[in-house]
Amino acid sequence: MKILCCVKRVPITGGKMVLTDDAQSLETRHLGFTISPHEECAVEEAVRIVESGGGEVVVLTLGPAEAEEQLRDCMAIGADRGILLRTDEEWDPQATAAAIVDAVRDESFDLLLFGNESADAGNYQVPIRVASALGLPVVTGLKKIELLGDRARVERDVGGARDVYEAPLPAVLGVLEGLNLPRYPSVPGRLRAKSKPLDVRDVSRPASKLEKLRLVVPAGQGKQAEILGHGADAAPRVVEVMQQLGVA
Amino acid sequence: MSVLLFVEPESELSWQALGLAQQLGDVRAVTVEGAYQPAAWAAALAAEGADAIVAAGSDRGNELLAHVAARLGQPFAANVTAIAGDTVTRVRWGGSLLEEARLHGSPLVLSVAPHTRAAAAPLDVETLHAPDDGSPKVLDTVSEAGGGVSLRDARVVVSGGRGVGSSEAFGIIEELAGLLGGAVGCSRVVTSAGWRPHTDQVGQTGTKISADLYVACGISGATQHIAGAKGAKKILAINTDPEAPIFASADYAVIGDLHEVVPAITAELRKVRGS
Repeated sequence: MKILCCVKRVPITGGKMVLTDDAQSLETRHLGFTISPHEECAVEEAVRIVESGGGEVVVLTLGPAEAEEQLRDCMAIGADRGILLRTDEEWDPQATAAAIVDAVRDESFDLLLFGNESADAGNYQVPIRVASALGLPVVTGLKKIELLGDRARVERDVGGARDVYEAPLPAVLGVLEGLNLPRYPSVPGRLRAKSKPLDVRDVSRPASKLEKLRLVVPAGQGKQAEILGHGADAAPRVVEVMQQLGVA
Repeated sequence: MSVLLFVEPESELSWQALGLAQQLGDVRAVTVEGAYQPAAWAAALAAEGADAIVAAGSDRGNELLAHVAARLGQPFAANVTAIAGDTVTRVRWGGSLLEEARLHGSPLVLSVAPHTRAAAAPLDVETLHAPDDGSPKVLDTVSEAGGGVSLRDARVVVSGGRGVGSSEAFGIIEELAGLLGGAVGCSRVVTSAGWRPHTDQVGQTGTKISADLYVACGISGATQHIAGAKGAKKILAINTDPEAPIFASADYAVIGDLHEVVPAITAELRKVRGS
């Protein structure tokens, strides 16, 4: 089975959002980077499928040259090769989907896995747009994937229950964290990743139809918490507060 | 402007979305009959020819509108909190950041971020018919073997983070949660370490809670976590580090080691209840 996983390089934000002076992006000088949590599960799932049944996992991203780091991380846990659509700009979801479609149109993937939405922009649409452009079936919001020959049986959380869908392959699937527990890369895995093939293609951004003007840190951050006490001695005061709130 | 609002059954979020939809023009509230089939339902919504298509920023609302926008070749702004002309304010990072963006589309396709506005008075809902186009649809719904209080709906959530230290050490968190009739939660670090199942995770990629009280024990307070916790009316944070970011999101603070503080709270609760 040949599987495509699409991932996005995002900063590890820590405790506070700090913007650049032009309010166009987060200040990331002191931050590390990763891929969105949902995508970690997509890559893990793809690697498990190929480990048990054979095939190839291709990991793709649209991002800056530095996003090679995230592709190598995915290769370290088992992806076979990478495609980097290189650009220094932030793309809107419609343009991102179109670039992915252009990049993969000539390869015949059996399964195209995406995170349900990116951690940063949260546009909730790239997998659906890619499926639509390629004329493939798509299901998103998935917590379980079962492959049954030429089709996938998948499940989606709907608050205390699971909706079950089936899609014939090839199909596009959008997954959620919780689908599996992703492994950590091993040292030999990291070494192997260094020599796996990476195809870098420069892409240029079309005009944005969802055009970012600026980012804003929402008001109301930075509350002054009332200190109820230190250590175990705080317990009576905590219980008093619980009683006032009507939850004790 | 003619506005089509997709309404989900018994969803408060749909009526929250109505308020923003009414700002755009005359609203027709619609739903679609039969088993949920996103691509087919989207085709039915798109065929109505409205100037704007709006839904709640729920799992289903965002999915359907992405299908609508893909079909129409139009942009889609997910989780909008406000609109002025063609400029929307929308949620990023699960609500830790906002984006102002120009939406160059016609029809306008947008979902409304949950819990950012009060519900408007419900309208009559018209039912559309969507012919089965062979695309994936819901074949079956299986209920989860659910024991105890659900995290999403619990009135109290007691949650542990890295500071708890191990799977076994969650015993004290479970005990306090049980005594309060609440649910156990945890941070992403905890699920990544395999100490608790992902279904316990509070956060941007876990469950977004709506408790009256959230007790965060040994949780530093990464934005990913706060995105899931901020729906709680009050937050009590217990942490050894007085500089922990969690305190900037908390209403109440206890500075100390959760391994001492949590059992002390449990004992005190038992004492005042005389049990």
